[in-house]
Amino acid sequence: MKTYASAFGIGLLFGLGLCISGMANPAVVLGFLDIFGQWNPALLIVMVAALAVGIPGFRLVKGRRPLFAGEMHIPTRRDLDAPLIAGAIIFGVGWGLAGICPGPAIVLAGVEPLPAFVFLATMTAGLSIAAVLRDWLNAHG
Amino acid sequence: MTASGFLYPAIGGAMIGLASILLLALLGRVMGVSGIYSSLLAWRDGSGWRLAFILGTLAAPVLLLLSGRPMSVQIAASPPALAIAGLMVGVGAGLGSGCTSGHGVCGISRLSPRSVAATIVFMLTGFATVAVMRHLVAGG
Repeated sequence: MKTYASAFGIGLLFGLGLCISGMANPAVVLGFLDIFGQWNPALLIVMVAALAVGIPGFRLVKGRRPLFAGEMHIPTRRDLDAPLIAGAIIFGVGWGLAGICPGPAIVLAGVEPLPAFVFLATMTAGLSIAAVLRDWLNAHG
Repeated sequence: MTASGFLYPAIGGAMIGLASILLLALLGRVMGVSGIYSSLLAWRDGSGWRLAFILGTLAAPVLLLLSGRPMSVQIAASPPALAIAGLMVGVGAGLGSGCTSGHGVCGISRLSPRSVAATIVFMLTGFATVAVMRHLVAGG
């Protein structure tokens, strides 16, 4: 119960952060990505503020045992490989097309359900395709 | 930029950073939304907290609406553009092991070279895509 309640509360805090910061509004995201137009620095401030909390916060909690779980699950890989870079290239193009990434897509489902569901439906398909692709690469790469 | 124009992104960003640290400190998990969401496509051990997290995120705009401060959003993309964008975001996040939250916030907080590289790359292709769509295709 503590696990579910804290996960819900943290999801709510994250979602409110997306709403308040402007990140959940595709127009604000596209304004940030439009460096050759009327550039809107809001998203840069969001990133800097998130990292100003995240970087010292991570140093504080790393190596400790989580309060409601047995151990920390932190990715350990440090190498750059082709799927990582190819994935980031494709992700950035999709992000630039609509100004929506996965977190904001979930928030948008509670604001503008119809366009959000179109995005979420194909995003879900895309994640499934990527999972198949990664399995294939692991088996044949 | 006005003071209030600076204030909301700063407060909201700090909340996002705090959420990522709380998820690590309480449940020992990285707050990568694409990973959390895609793990829900097949129900398994550990899907419960992930569903609770997603429901919490979804509850945020509903809570704002109920409190009389509805979110105002502008979605300019047409339905076909949304469909293509969603597909690319899904394939890209799946193949690249993360999205804006997982790489951009959590990964950079850990100073992970993979996440720093991924964030730089998807920012650059994001800039390029908007430049092409707004200034070449649209002719603005």
